[in-house]
Amino acid sequence: MTIWIDIDLCNGCKRCLKECPYDAIEMKGDKAYILDRCTSCGACLSSCKQKAIGTDAEPKEIPDFNDRQGVWVFAEQKEGKLNPVSLELLGIARALADELGQDVSALLLGEQVSDMSEVLIHHGANSVYLAEHKTLKDYRTIAYTKVIEDLVMSYKPGILLMGATHNGRDLAPRVARRVGSGLTADCTELSIDPEDGVLLQTRPAFGGNVMATIANRYSRPQMATVRPGIMEALKKSDRKGSVIKHEVSLLEKEIGTEILGTVTEKRKSVDITKARVLVAGGRGVGNEEGFKVLKDLAAVMNGEVAGTRVTVEEGWIPAEHQVGQTGQSVRPEIYIACGISGAIQHRAGMMNSRYIIAINKDPLAPIFQVADWSIVGDLREVVPELISQLTAHSA
Amino acid sequence: MNIIVLLKQVPNTTEVKLDPKTGNLIREGIESIVNPDDLHAIEAAVALKEKDGAKITALSMGPPQAIDALSEAMGMGVDESILLSDKAFAGADTWATSFTLGKAIEKIGEFDLILCGRQAIDGDTAQIGPQVAECLGIPQVSYVFEIEEIEKNGIIVKRRIEEGFERIRTSMPALLTVIGEMNTPRYPVVSNLLDACREKAPIKVWNAADIGVTTSEVGLEGSFTNVIKTFAPKSGRAGEVLEGDTKTQVKTLIGKLKENLLV
Repeated sequence: MTIWIDIDLCNGCKRCLKECPYDAIEMKGDKAYILDRCTSCGACLSSCKQKAIGTDAEPKEIPDFNDRQGVWVFAEQKEGKLNPVSLELLGIARALADELGQDVSALLLGEQVSDMSEVLIHHGANSVYLAEHKTLKDYRTIAYTKVIEDLVMSYKPGILLMGATHNGRDLAPRVARRVGSGLTADCTELSIDPEDGVLLQTRPAFGGNVMATIANRYSRPQMATVRPGIMEALKKSDRKGSVIKHEVSLLEKEIGTEILGTVTEKRKSVDITKARVLVAGGRGVGNEEGFKVLKDLAAVMNGEVAGTRVTVEEGWIPAEHQVGQTGQSVRPEIYIACGISGAIQHRAGMMNSRYIIAINKDPLAPIFQVADWSIVGDLREVVPELISQLTAHSA
Repeated sequence: MNIIVLLKQVPNTTEVKLDPKTGNLIREGIESIVNPDDLHAIEAAVALKEKDGAKITALSMGPPQAIDALSEAMGMGVDESILLSDKAFAGADTWATSFTLGKAIEKIGEFDLILCGRQAIDGDTAQIGPQVAECLGIPQVSYVFEIEEIEKNGIIVKRRIEEGFERIRTSMPALLTVIGEMNTPRYPVVSNLLDACREKAPIKVWNAADIGVTTSEVGLEGSFTNVIKTFAPKSGRAGEVLEGDTKTQVKTLIGKLKENLLV
C-alpha cells in the first residue's frame, strides 16, 4: 500500500508530523510531505482533520467482538513454583478487568500443580483453568500452545497476557499465530481505551528511545507479553474463586521436542530485582574502587548495589548487577543513582522505582528528570556524608 | 542438509538519539546493519556447513536497500539469498511478516533447519521466529546458544533459560532462534562480497505475486496491530532539588526519607 498527502487539502497543521513514528513527514513551506523512509504504517491516517492523507488500502472493518469477554493470564510455573511475573500479571489484569466490568482468569498448566490455584485466586483471579497432564510437566512450546488454543477456542477471552520471560516470549507468539490474533511484545504499560474498551499496549521501541502505544482492533484475544518487574502484584486477599478442570489428551509424539535435562547455573549470586533498596553507580563512580563506598551505603540501608551498562563493561561490577535496557528492570522502594547521567536505556530499567534519589555533579544530567530528590554534588562527598548521618540516625 | 537463515536489516539503534529540542528521533546518518542476533544465526549455519556440508539460503524482507544485508551474509558464506521486497509488504506487524516469510519458505521448498536471531534490535519483539515456525507447523527452540549434535532425524541443542539452560532434542525440520552467546560471527570475505555484487549473483528479489499472496494478506492491511501513538518516555516525579552544602542536603534528604517512613 501507499500513503500520500493531497497538498491542496493540507492546511499545515503538523498533526501528522507528531503521529509519525518514523519521522517520515516533513514540512516544506506550509505543506506536509511524505519522505522516502515512510513505511506505510498508517499511523498518520487518522490524525488529519482535513482528510488530506490518502491511502490505497481498503478500509478494514472491525468485527463484532461482543462475545469475547474476560481477562486471562498465563500463570507461569516451574517445578511447582510460580514465577513472580504470574502474580504481577494478575495485578494488572485485575485493574483492566475491573475497568471493563469483567472477570480475571488464570491458566495453570503442568503436572500436579492444582495447589497453586488458590494462590492465583488470592492474588486476583476469579477463576483458574487448570490443565494437568504428564506431557505438561515441563514447559514445551507445542504442548502448551495446543492446550491454550483449546481453552481460547472454548471460552473466548477478550485479553490474554503472558510474562515476557524466556518461556512467555517463546509461547505467546506461537499461541497468537495459532488462535489467529495479534500480539504486542514486552509491554510496560497497559490500559483500557475509555472510548471503545480496546486494550492500549505501551512498550519501548528503538532501544527504549521511544514509547509506542499499540492497539489490536481486528482480532481477539488481544495478546501482550508484559515485562517482568514492572506491574505490581496485589496483596494476598481471601477472595474465593472457582477452579475449572480442563481435560488434556496430548500424545508425546505430537510435541516434537523433548527436554533431556535442565541445568541450573549459579550465575546470579545476587538478585537485584528483589532488593528493597538499590544503590546504583554510573560512570561517575570512576573505577572498581569507587564502588566500595556505594557498597557501604547499601549495607547501611540493607540494600544491594547496582550499576549501569558502562560500569559492567568496564568490569567495575559483575553483570548480574546491571540495571537498564540490556540489564534488568527493577522497582525497589528506594533507588539511589550515584554518578549516573541517566541515559534513556538506563532509565527504562529503573524509572518504576518507588522513590528515586539522584546524586550527580552535572546539574543538567537527565537522571534529575526522573528523580524525586536531587542532590547536585560529588558522590564522593555526598555518599560518605549520607552513610555517616544514617548511622548516627539509627544509633 | 538445507538450511534457511532469516535475517533483517535494522538501523543501528545504539546510535539513535532524541533531538533535545523536538523530542523526535534523529535518524540522519544512522547506518543500517545486519541485526546483531542474525549474524550469530548466519555464523551457526556456516559452521554447520563447514562441518557436515549444507546449502544455506538467506531470506530477508525489507526495502530494496536491504540487499546490502544479504550481500554481507553471502560474504560470510551463505550460498543463495532471497529478498522479499514489495510496497505491499510495508507496515507489517509480526502476524503479517511471519505469514509473508512463511509463504516464501514454502516456495523455497525443502529445508531441514531454519535459523534466525532471537530478536531484532529495532522492534525487540522476538516473535518472528516462533510465528514462522507456527506458519510452517514445525517445532521451534528459542534462545539457543549451542547446537550439540545433529542426529538422523533430530537435533540436540542447548536453550538458555533464566536459571541456567535446558538440553532439548527436537525433531527436524525445526526452527531455532539463537542468541549472541552462541558464537563469534566471522567477517565477510572480500572475494565473496565481490561475487555478491556481480550481476549473476545468486540474490533474487521476490514480490507479493512471486510468493502468491494478495495485498490484503500482507503489510499494513494484513496486520492486526497498529501503532496508534509514539512519545518520548517521561516520568511524573516531584523532582525536588535539595539546596545547601553537602551536610544540609543530606540532612534534608534523610528528613524526606523519614517523612515517608523509608528509614
